[in-house]
Formats: sequence, C-alpha cells, structure tokens
Amino acid sequence: MKKVYVNEDWCLACHLCEYYCAAANSGAPNMIKAFKNGKKPIPRIQVEEGSEVNFAVQCRHCDGKACVKGCITGALSIVDGVVVCDESRCVGCGTCILSCPFGCIVFDEENHRIHKCDLCTKNHGGEPACVQGCPNNAIVFEER
Amino acid sequence: MNYVIIGNSAAAVGTIAGIREIDSTGKITVISDEKYHTYSRPLISYWLQGKVSDKNIYYRDPDFYENNGVETVLGKKVVKIDAANKSVVLDDGLAVPYDKLMVATGSKPFVPPMNGLDKVHYHTFMSFDSVKTIRSELKDGMNILIIGAGLIGLKAAEALHEHNAKITVVDMADRILPSILDVRAGMKMQKHIENQGVKFILGTSADEFTEHSARLKNGMTVDFDMLIIAVGVRPNTELIADAGGKVERGIITDDTQKTSLDDVYAAGDCTVSHDASSDTDKILALLPNAYMQGEVAGKNMAGREFRYVNAIPMNAIGFFGLHIISAGSYDGEEFIDETENTYKKLVFRDNTLKGYILMGDVRRAGIYTSMIKEHIDLGEVDVEMLKEKPQMMMFGKARREEKLGGIIR
Repeated sequence: MKKVYVNEDWCLACHLCEYYCAAANSGAPNMIKAFKNGKKPIPRIQVEEGSEVNFAVQCRHCDGKACVKGCITGALSIVDGVVVCDESRCVGCGTCILSCPFGCIVFDEENHRIHKCDLCTKNHGGEPACVQGCPNNAIVFEER
Repeated sequence: MNYVIIGNSAAAVGTIAGIREIDSTGKITVISDEKYHTYSRPLISYWLQGKVSDKNIYYRDPDFYENNGVETVLGKKVVKIDAANKSVVLDDGLAVPYDKLMVATGSKPFVPPMNGLDKVHYHTFMSFDSVKTIRSELKDGMNILIIGAGLIGLKAAEALHEHNAKITVVDMADRILPSILDVRAGMKMQKHIENQGVKFILGTSADEFTEHSARLKNGMTVDFDMLIIAVGVRPNTELIADAGGKVERGIITDDTQKTSLDDVYAAGDCTVSHDASSDTDKILALLPNAYMQGEVAGKNMAGREFRYVNAIPMNAIGFFGLHIISAGSYDGEEFIDETENTYKKLVFRDNTLKGYILMGDVRRAGIYTSMIKEHIDLGEVDVEMLKEKPQMMMFGKARREEKLGGIIR
C-alpha cells in the first residue's frame, strides 16, 4: 500500500505541508478561502523542528492499529488499509491519542473530536496534499 | 467450527474480528442478556448528556453481524456453562452447543450494603437501560446525590449537569478519581468540577438512607430527588466459577486468553490481566484492553496462536472540557511540570518511563504510552526532550526512521 513517508534530511521546516493539509481537509475550494477571516483549519500533519533535523509526522496507517482497536465509539475504522475517522461518531475522548505510538492523531478540543490523516482519500484522492505541496520533496507517497 | 460468545460489548466484537481474520466460515453465535445491537458502554453518559444520538451510541454499524456472519441471541441470559458437554444453557432452558466458547461477560455495578438502601429507589450507571431509566425519571433542576467520585460517578455528574441538576458527590476516599490521578491532579480536577457547580463531600460515606435523604457518617444530611450509586464494579465471573474454572478477583486466563477450562476463553472486564508497567496481576477494566484481549482470543479460538502481552492501565477521559490521559504505574522517580491549567507527571523506574499523567494538554500522549509499552531504555532517547513534551524528535535517528517507516516492534 502506498503511504506518505518523510525524508528528514530534506525537510526545511517550512510547514507548507501543514497548510496544504489543513486546506485540503477544510472543505474549502482553495487555500485562500480555507484561511479566510482568520479561520485556522487544523492540519493532520505536524512538523517537528529540531536543531539539526526537521520532519513531518502523520498517520503511519501502521500494522498495530491501536487507535482503531481502542476507539470507544467505533468512529475509527480501516477502509482498504487506510485508517479513517467518521468524525460524526467521534466524541473526542482521546483514547486514540493515548494509543497512537507516533502522536499522529490531532485533537480538536473546541469541536470535541479528533482529526487524522486519511491519505486524502476523503477529499481529492490521489497524491496527498502534503506531498504535492512539499517544495523540497521531503515528503513522498510511495510503496515500501 | 462452532463459536459461541457470551457478551456483546468490546471484548465480544474483538473476538469476532479475531475469529474472522482466521476463519471466514465458522458459525459464530453471540448471546447477550441485553437486547441491543452492540453499543458503546462508555457512551451512555454522552447519550444521557444529549451529545450522542440514539443512532451513534452503537459501537458498530447496523449490518455488522450480517457482514461478519454472526447470529445473535439477544435478551437471553446464559445461566450455566456445561463444560463436560460443551454447551451453554440459557434462562429459557435451551442448550446451545459450542466447539469454542468466549466468556465476555464484563462487570456489574458493585452496590455495597448500606443502611436503608433496600428501602429507597436508586440507580446504577452501567448500561443503556440504566441511563434510559434515569432519563425517563429526570426532571430539570433535580437534586441528585451520586455516591462515588470515580470515573463512572463523575461521568454521570457531567451528563446530569447538562440537565441543570444540583449535584452532590460523596466518596469515602478523600480525593476524586484515585484510580487514575495522583493527589495534586485530583485536587486540580476537583476544583475544576466544583467551578461548574458540582459539590463534593469527601472522606465520608452514607450512614443511612431514608426516602429522599441520606445521613452521612460525618453528621451531614444530603437531600436528593435522585440517587445514583457508582462506587465501583465487580467482574461477572460466576459462569466460569460454577463450571469449575479458575477465578480469583476475576477470571484467570493464560496469555492466549484461554481459561482453565478446555476450549473456553475469556476477555475484557471479567478477567484478570497482567499489568506490564508494574508487573502485577490486576483487573484492567478498559475498553481498548477488552477489544484487544478479545481479538487475541478469537485468533486462538480459530486455531492460530497469538499472545496478549504488554497490557497496561491507561485512560483517556475528560470532565467539563478538562482532559486527562494517563497510563502505567506511578511508583518511581517523579518529574512534575505544572501550570495553572495543565499538569504533567512522568514516573521513571529501572531507567524506563513507567507511567504518566497529562491533564489539560494531552497532545501526542501516545508517544509516552509507547515508551512504557515498548520498555524503551532512557539511554535511547533525549530525556530533556521527553520531559518537555511527547515528540518523535526524542528518539535517535535510527529508531525514529524505523518507527516512522511504519514498523512496530
């Protein structure tokens, strides 16, 4: 299965992936509308910055699937290998945040729910927005 | 193969998933004394609060049983396991044969003997039916007395607060949520909940109940329109015990989830688990634990050997918008970082992270959980970064690339 992988030697910590992700998942038709009126849609990818390296982290769609197994509501499930969240069923209890070994699940406290990377399968499909938007090829979408 | 599952919650659903991963054709029958499609027990407070609809309280889609080839016998209670003849007996006398049996009977509310309690009307807070009854008797602005300041009692308080109830919570312990919080975090959470208008009376218990009133051992009297008893739960172990299976505080299983009875497995809140963070046996009444035990059991029942190891206590919960994530054991050297709205405690022992409490800021907590579960030596991580916040940066490059490459050790 193709997944998003990060080459930390090439990441510039520009955070563009976060903006592209947030916009792609905002429901807005483009970046400008997504961030209009001071709105800050929440990205499902997070850049960690260090003194020597930087890298982005997002759902690994890993084999353990502790988030899906632990989900108390049934909001998280696996569709064709991709871990997806039915946000209408999420109550924001945080059990998946407790379970995810990579810290990939993003908490939306205000709306009592979580967000997570679904490899853009629910929006435009194809190559995920973070990969498309990365100016330095530090994020790739490939089979490993 | 003919599989029978007693119970219809997380451990049962995990068992179905485990079986179906290996065996797509064997017959599976789920038997439950509750009449509902599998629902999420932790969601009952959200339902009562009005935050989860009738439709969304269900733990799996309406076609779940059909899609998994599961037959259900709902609203009937198993009264006996006939291990010699490999069948279970229902309350209507019908015997249901099995090749492999799963006992996922969960737990029941514990109601200690209290003076006068037998003469007053009270509720427990454990099932969809219990909150439906509460909902039907609830009137706006009621005085409600909750006995028990643990997870269940306080989730009940949060839900009832939404209905403008005037809530008093009484607990014998001198602090709230002792199962997941330390003293300091407990005080912070107590203050937060008190600020919402909930009243706590701690360090005392009910001496005698009369109609609409409780006299406490400290001399106080609390009047109530509704009484909820939420002091704890006890595992449903009787079926296994009566059949001659090994039971201590809960049902004893090996790490394939098999009980001491041939072809009989058990999973979830009715069982004793091994806590890998403290190396002790205890009941881990947690939904993720129930599901994962069930899944491992299901695979073993279907003939492929798997073992369930590395269980630890862990909880994610929030009250009135203040979130807590905690895991592991709290016995060791402590690191504490506290602000007005947040609390962080990390507990180290044997050069590993053994436990943590995060309150207020719970982001990325699972990275800490993985440190505990994977017994990662502190020599492998940047401890200052670990203390700062959960982050993948704290791991060395090799370990990080292995992890982010999608491999779980």
